[in-house]
Amino acid sequence: MVATLFEKVWDQHCVCQETEETPAVLYIDTHLIHEVTSPQAFQMLRDNNLKLRRPDRTFATCDHSTPTTKPNSLGEYQFFGEQEKNQVEQLKKNCAEFSVPLYELGNQKQGIVHVIGPERGITQPGQTIVCGDSHTSTHGAFGALAFGIGTSEVGYTFATQCILQRKPKTFGIEINGALSSGVTAKDIILAIIRQIGIGGATGHVIEYFGSTIDELSMDERMTICNMSIEAGAKAGMIAPDQTTFDFLEGKEFVPKGKDWDIAVSGWKELYTDDGAQFDRRILIDASKIEPMITYGTNPQMGIKIGEVIPSNNETQALKYMGLEEQQNLSGKSVDVVFIGSCTNSRISDLREAAKIFKDRKVAQHVRALIVPGSHEIKQQAENEGIANVFISAGAEWREPGCSMCLGMNGDIIQDKQFCVSTSNRNFEGRQGKGGRTLLASPLTAAAAAVTGRVTDPRELLARNDAITEAREHG
Amino acid sequence: MDKFTSIQSKVVVLNIENIDTDQIIGSDHLKITDKKGLGEHLFADWRYLENAQPNPDFVLNQADNASSQVLVAGDNFGCGSSREHAPWALLDFGIKVVISSSIADIFSNNAFKNGLLPIKVSKQQHDFLLAHLGDEISIDLQNQRISCADQPLSFEVEAFSRYCLLNGLEQLDFLLGQMPQIEQYEKKYSKEPV
Repeated sequence: MVATLFEKVWDQHCVCQETEETPAVLYIDTHLIHEVTSPQAFQMLRDNNLKLRRPDRTFATCDHSTPTTKPNSLGEYQFFGEQEKNQVEQLKKNCAEFSVPLYELGNQKQGIVHVIGPERGITQPGQTIVCGDSHTSTHGAFGALAFGIGTSEVGYTFATQCILQRKPKTFGIEINGALSSGVTAKDIILAIIRQIGIGGATGHVIEYFGSTIDELSMDERMTICNMSIEAGAKAGMIAPDQTTFDFLEGKEFVPKGKDWDIAVSGWKELYTDDGAQFDRRILIDASKIEPMITYGTNPQMGIKIGEVIPSNNETQALKYMGLEEQQNLSGKSVDVVFIGSCTNSRISDLREAAKIFKDRKVAQHVRALIVPGSHEIKQQAENEGIANVFISAGAEWREPGCSMCLGMNGDIIQDKQFCVSTSNRNFEGRQGKGGRTLLASPLTAAAAAVTGRVTDPRELLARNDAITEAREHG
Repeated sequence: MDKFTSIQSKVVVLNIENIDTDQIIGSDHLKITDKKGLGEHLFADWRYLENAQPNPDFVLNQADNASSQVLVAGDNFGCGSSREHAPWALLDFGIKVVISSSIADIFSNNAFKNGLLPIKVSKQQHDFLLAHLGDEISIDLQNQRISCADQPLSFEVEAFSRYCLLNGLEQLDFLLGQMPQIEQYEKKYSKEPV
């Protein structure tokens, strides 16, 4: 029988199939946890006198409430407040009590939960992965079924390694064609969300496929799957291929030697069979996608960077943003630029941004914050000289964490400030009360940082090319 | 968990589409390690003025609506973050039922597990309910009926969640009862602890 990628992974993890009366009992291979959504779940174990069943399948890190400034000379981290410090300390105590491995603050393997999972090879094709965080959809880039859960389900997973789920519907998004210069994975997903809407994939698992997806790196695929939730999707998935295997080979938690070969041959079966049907399907022409930027208060309110804000009766959103219908965002002065988050904080994102920052300065009125997704990425960026490009330009180069994506650690923007951000949500107050978020790619964010205005990054890339050519021709 | 059978209350209407969980409870309030006291911060950015005084224009601050237990919200309620703090905040405030034409998946899952009933209704039913701010409404979960302004409406609800709510059962207990099957599964697929 033919099946989609999602159905193959789903079926392999049903301890009990769903019936009319009861949902499926879905086995969870990997449970990722962090400090914000886990404390009440640990308490649930204590209240019910239960064990954490599979600490060997549970991995913890701290990322949301952690400072992105360096520790002081005594090695002490300067938390925003006592609550943040307490939350991180609580995670440490909970992990010690229940024997959960923890990448704690200061550990060289610590970072944003959705960055370190793949980086360590904890994330693998065909797995079921949950985390008390909606951007767990990121891990679907490896052909895993990965989705966010609430704290009750974190507790259920602790206690039983299973959760109860109704089988979602499937949504195939085929993307073909070559991307133009200056167009990134972030622009693809923002264009998709604009097209299908913020609730457009509710109840569905999206599978992305097509020639455009085949050509993307794992970092780029993760950016796309990461924002599946911004269209309401249960999860986003991409079938694993040689790009996936090359990324994973040799990572800490993947099988080695002969076991690696066995694993890869199994992973090669994870694709949607010819003739398998999606409940819904759309086709996207990648060559028509241009750099995107949002103008409103949810991720579907996006435009191509040169377009004017549409007349869609989005009165409340535009009032909050201090913008108007038919206004062109290009040239709009910005106050803050944030490059980071589980969407765009990986090494390739930083390399892209560095192309723009190189030999330029951050505009005088702009605060540019660059927050790598993990210590490993931070180290790599420093080794490659990218960090120096940022620092020389006048940007703040920080310690890893979620940072200004949701501002839990004190990295926030001020009332009415405009922030071009590579994160995933432009909700009211998300980056700070009254703050105005414009979501965009690392290239577009970097372009805003150096010009001080919303700028099409292709203009700066073209100037880079002109300079290179002039140099080459003496 | 308390049994959920029926509710009679006034309707409070928040006719805004895509109300996200950041709006329901801001990330400033996710720093707790228990579930207490979140009702005070429900919809905080809309509910309070800059001087921290209640915004008299916000519907939940109006005396007639402050004790409503049934919230009718715009389409796609609860989108965004997976924070279970959102249903905790609604319940702590006193809301026991949320009705919309679409409710985000994770929010819905979280709501059921805490005894908050999310009800998805048709576009037509939704339009009808949105027009009845302040009117009496009754919700009968057993018979899956809503009655508002003498108009009976029926709704669908996931069978297992309904069963758990009606009987005051924790979903965890059902899962714990599946332990033999879970262990069997682990054995079959070589997923036992090493």
